[in-house]
Amino acid sequence: MTGDLDDLDYLDGNAAAGPLSEFFAIDVVSARGRCAHCGRTDALATARVYPNSHGLLLRCPGCTEILLRLVDAGDRVCLDLQGLSFVELRRH
Amino acid sequence: MKTGWNVAEVIEVTQETRTARTLRLRLPGLAGHRAGQHVDVRLSAPDGYTAVRSYSVASASPGDELDLTVEELADGEVSPYLVRQVAVGDQLEVRGPVGGWFVWDPADPSPVQLIAGGSGVVPLMAMLRAHTAAAGSASPGGAAPFRLLYSVRGPDAVYYGAELDDLARLPLVDVTVVYTREAPAGSNEPPRRLDAATLVRSTLPAADNPAVFVCGATAFVETVADWLVQAGHSPARIKTERYGGTGTRP
Repeated sequence: MTGDLDDLDYLDGNAAAGPLSEFFAIDVVSARGRCAHCGRTDALATARVYPNSHGLLLRCPGCTEILLRLVDAGDRVCLDLQGLSFVELRRH
Repeated sequence: MKTGWNVAEVIEVTQETRTARTLRLRLPGLAGHRAGQHVDVRLSAPDGYTAVRSYSVASASPGDELDLTVEELADGEVSPYLVRQVAVGDQLEVRGPVGGWFVWDPADPSPVQLIAGGSGVVPLMAMLRAHTAAAGSASPGGAAPFRLLYSVRGPDAVYYGAELDDLARLPLVDVTVVYTREAPAGSNEPPRRLDAATLVRSTLPAADNPAVFVCGATAFVETVADWLVQAGHSPARIKTERYGGTGTRP
């Protein structure tokens, strides 16, 4: 893979549900999030997941900037949410 | 939803095709799940190396059992073990079921269009099974029309064939199978790739405003979602689940 963002090596945001369940008590991929770069606001499940050997990146489907970065270091796991300026959960 | 990693026991194994098996797991403490959810499976080597993969749940039972149908990928790290080696009585580490987006809600009265490419049929089968279960209840979704369009390489690659034939006889359910490489014996129709015209002809019209679920390889999902939008479906009504891989377009 070349790392080209137009390639097809990505999954739906839904694929991040398992790893993110370590941080959030609810299913956060169903929540709406706002991209800190372009302002697009939609369910995180509609963003693109790029898995890699040490975690995953969630990218905005509008501007392709990084919304969320998860790094799994074995005995600890880190979450960088800099690319999300707002998250809205729906209560059921 | 069960949180964190839990140990499930394999209680039944069924060969679906030459390259795919269904594993029935028992996950103590689980009280059902939502149709369309997946679980993560973690395999650990003695040296500490781990590999995690996601597999959709095919079943729609209310208890502590789950069916996963796994297709063996030639260069896979996890699927060859699950398809060739795992036996009844073995234990697997699983997380979930998780995912609250690509799910069918029995309380939703909307008509439903399911579109599967190959093994993408797995979570859609859970929705069909949940619909059948809801049809005998007061859930509004049980009275909704359900259609499945299933694009598959050939008759040997079809999952759940006999059950799909039975479901297709139900008044509310419609199943269309498109064979892309090899047609069934005795069929008059040559194998052909799914195209936009066939898609429009064999799916619920945009005017019905159906909830649409598309699952398959990334290229399949991209192409089908584009055709649906061109046919007038609202992008907000189309939910997709790419299972990755570069795969082929329809």
